[in-house]
Amino acid sequence: MTPAGSPESGGSAWFDDEAGPVVRPYALTGGRTHYDGGEFDLVALIETTDEADARADRPGPPGMPRTRWAPDPEHEMILRLCRTPLSVVEVASELELPLGVVRVLLGDLLDRSLILVRRPAPVAQFPSERVLKEVIDGIRAL
Amino acid sequence: MEYVRSDADAQGSGESALTVKILVAGGFGVGKTTLVSAVSEIRPLRTEEALTEKSIGIDDTSAVMNKTTTTVAMDFGRITLPNGLVLLVFGTPGQDRFWFMWDELAKGALGSVILVDTRRLADCFQSVDYFERRGLPFIIAVNRFDGAGTHSPDQVRDALDLSPDIPVIDCDVRNKEDAKRVLITLVEHIMRTMSGRQAVG
Repeated sequence: MTPAGSPESGGSAWFDDEAGPVVRPYALTGGRTHYDGGEFDLVALIETTDEADARADRPGPPGMPRTRWAPDPEHEMILRLCRTPLSVVEVASELELPLGVVRVLLGDLLDRSLILVRRPAPVAQFPSERVLKEVIDGIRAL
Repeated sequence: MEYVRSDADAQGSGESALTVKILVAGGFGVGKTTLVSAVSEIRPLRTEEALTEKSIGIDDTSAVMNKTTTTVAMDFGRITLPNGLVLLVFGTPGQDRFWFMWDELAKGALGSVILVDTRRLADCFQSVDYFERRGLPFIIAVNRFDGAGTHSPDQVRDALDLSPDIPVIDCDVRNKEDAKRVLITLVEHIMRTMSGRQAVG
């Protein structure tokens, strides 16, 4: 167990070939790879809250631990995109960012109540026969 | 905590927009992307996940045991249905080493189409096993490639040892009407499966 950055490791302990593609996208999140507040389901719908536009370019809301939060351009892109509700995978696809990165960014926004998350209903209660019939009718009409 | 509150809100508001998820599984190169693109605009999705100890415990990552990171490229299509319903159709990653992604894709999915090429029937065995084990409704769609074998749906059913209630249909995934028929067959099968379960419970 050589401490990273010690002379023996020559500074190479932090990175290897496999780290490359991961480090770059996660630089956007300050190296954070997970959001601790929960899991964002792939198909959960994200919706920008009404206050988000007003707050987005100001310091974080009162009472939040970090009072001077400056959103990154990616945060603002998410807020713009999600004025119409969009699923997590669609946000990732639109931003052309890996899912893991997008989840961290969404966590930042959720912590500041700038987005709402509508989770898909649990499978047990859903879907009703009515919903499935609507799905069939919808596919037929394509 | 914020998330938990949002979650509760979502369950409270029954009229909120709904997303439903359907999977398209099958071996590498069997036509999953073609099927999805026949009915919707295809969108690329990239994941570059740092595999945590948590995910190693849950998923079978034996194939990636000595990797802590992995990249998966997938695609999906969005179909907007009347009444605010959104149907997302996901092509599952075809290679074995992406199994960890399957659990996430399957979570909350209505069901799956398993695409089959009869020249490489064995490619779909893992998908069939996976969905059977998970209790997720699925149908088999035999993609009729040019020059593909002429095995009948019944022969495919026998070869896969499927129960008689699981639909096995022919299709040409390049054809939009065929692709629609495949998806409709799946949703109809899901309806039958669900009403069967309700009758039991």
